[in-house]
Amino acid sequence: MTALALRRDGPGTVGVVPGPRRRVLGLVVALVALAVLLVLSVMIGSTAIAPSVVWDALVHSSAGIDQFAIRDYRLPRTIVGLAVGVALGLSGALILALTRNPLADPGILGVHAGASFAVTVAVGLLGVSDVHGYLWFAFAGALIVTLMVLAIGSTRQGSSPVVMVLAGVCVGAVLGGAREALQQTNPAAFDAMRSWNAGSTAGRSLDVVWPVLPFFAVALVLAVAVSGSLNAMALGDEMAVAQGVALARTRVLAIVAITLLAGGATAIAGPIAFVGLMVPHVARWIVGPHQRWIFAYSAVLGPVLLLTSDILGRLVIRPGEIPVGVVTAFVGAPVLIVLARRKKASGL
Amino acid sequence: MSTGVSSRSARARPAPGERVDSGRRVLTVRWWRVAVRLDLRSVVVCLVLALVIACTAVLALMTGSYLLSPGQVVSALAGGQTGLVNDIVVGWRLPRVTAALVFGAALGVSGAIFQSMLRNPLADPAVIGFSEGSYTGALVVILVANGTYLQLVGGALLGGMATAVAVYLFAFRRGVQGFRLIIIGIGVSTLLASLNTWLILKADLKQAMAAAAWGTGSLNGVSWNQVTIGGACVLVLLLLAGMSSRPMRQMELGDDAAAALGVRVTSVRLGLVVVGVALTATVTAASGPIAFISLVAPQIARRLARTAGITLAPAAVVGALLCLSADYIAQHVAPTPLPVGIITVVLGGGYLGWLLFTEARRRL
Repeated sequence: MTALALRRDGPGTVGVVPGPRRRVLGLVVALVALAVLLVLSVMIGSTAIAPSVVWDALVHSSAGIDQFAIRDYRLPRTIVGLAVGVALGLSGALILALTRNPLADPGILGVHAGASFAVTVAVGLLGVSDVHGYLWFAFAGALIVTLMVLAIGSTRQGSSPVVMVLAGVCVGAVLGGAREALQQTNPAAFDAMRSWNAGSTAGRSLDVVWPVLPFFAVALVLAVAVSGSLNAMALGDEMAVAQGVALARTRVLAIVAITLLAGGATAIAGPIAFVGLMVPHVARWIVGPHQRWIFAYSAVLGPVLLLTSDILGRLVIRPGEIPVGVVTAFVGAPVLIVLARRKKASGL
Repeated sequence: MSTGVSSRSARARPAPGERVDSGRRVLTVRWWRVAVRLDLRSVVVCLVLALVIACTAVLALMTGSYLLSPGQVVSALAGGQTGLVNDIVVGWRLPRVTAALVFGAALGVSGAIFQSMLRNPLADPAVIGFSEGSYTGALVVILVANGTYLQLVGGALLGGMATAVAVYLFAFRRGVQGFRLIIIGIGVSTLLASLNTWLILKADLKQAMAAAAWGTGSLNGVSWNQVTIGGACVLVLLLLAGMSSRPMRQMELGDDAAAALGVRVTSVRLGLVVVGVALTATVTAASGPIAFISLVAPQIARRLARTAGITLAPAAVVGALLCLSADYIAQHVAPTPLPVGIITVVLGGGYLGWLLFTEARRRL
């Protein structure tokens, strides 16, 4: 059909697709970079702490202000960054594959706003205070918004990137307004949500991470399970059906995975935009149009980007720091601008 | 070309003769040597809306912790009341009502200018990020310089202008297309929004609370001082907008057609951007960003007046009514008093969703 002819292979696809060896090599390099960043994230902060002290803090349970800072502050923060980065990168890759929308990002599409509104309802109206309680709200909010944006954003000719982004902006704006209203009528909620809203990994304890991890694991399994079908769907729905792909099932599973990842990440760190936008584009640029590889790279490059931004945020205005959500916005907005300027971004 | 109606307007100053009879009833108002042709339906719509606005305004002046009767309000406005009633109506409630009307009109016109210029019903200073930029400018003035109201206006104006220029330049690629501009605006707006969140986080709690409350767009604590300064700015800008409404309508036909009609396209567009951003910035400085009125008002006005393009006067009147009623809802209908911006965000966002469902889908 005509729709087939209109489908592009997707942005970022370059003529030369690297062979398996280079893909594996690239992934190893990315993993090494991630490992280095994890170490740096523990070492760098408002005060520089000698590597020997860091080692001492991690291995022995010795007392001392520096050891305390590392064990109770920087280590949890690094783990939070790792978990949230993986989740955001992977959810971005899933959304990109599902919507074939080069501008797709859980933040821009309003998924964060949905999760954050639901969490505010839980905290402000229902008096829920721990992450076990409001995690379900974050998931529900993320799911509802994902469905709404997909519903508004898909037209008869398939989905339009612009309409989808606008749908996300408008749903996000409405929920943001409602959230503000709740916070203004409820000072306790305002206080509780103030720092969370900036999108930060600072000051999150590991108690916030553990309950979310099982859901991330489920989402990871789902992502692997649907990656083949999504690969086939990249060529168009008709082609995918011809290859025996169950479209509805793939979509449902992908949406569940996106919801678990984006909702969980928002519950932990608050809204962090643009990571889900940038990472899959870079991954795609490196490995070409292979969903499994894109997912693998995104899951590694997500925390690479997040930890880099977080470390930068700590270094730029020392001894103060910029929340990671602000840093990723500063890195990500130019990327969005470049994407929107490209001709391929569907006739923008 | 020359029907009876249009030949009568041949004495109208700028350019005679090229009018086409659209089949719509036209009202010609002559004053000294200037003749203004007004669309009859638009005039009627504006008059009816003005009546509704007057009733809403009286209602708003009546309501509060101290209830007044319509008679008391009207006589206080006419100057026939002294003491407490006069204080309440003229001293406390009237500045707020006036601010809602003036700022609403300003937002409506600002939106009309951008939607006409970009030929896109979704073009809105809030969506494109100009108001976020004004907010950044104003925040910097509040948090860094702790400035006066005039400095605040200056900061908001500068921030809005800088954002406008940046978005325009980023979107420029052999001309500016509406949708590219909107997407880039959304990107810049997201960036500025997170910058603003951080600026508020960094500030000490008292400043942060004030800035956050202001950031949602509130008419709380608007005083006569702000209303007069802001109102004067808005009035001048509205006059400028009114003067450029003719070339603006002509540019809706396309740049080439407008140039053929003798419009200096580049300078008119520059002027319109300046006026449009300045209108948003003035409102932002006084009340914080009141979202979505600039998006919604021109569209409602267009539907009410059944005009083909965007018209300024009905957009101004609808904007004023929307802002006034949203503020009334925010103050008196909501369970606790809220900033007006929250009401407009929720209502306007819903409308934007509807717009996406209908118009944008068909066009894409």
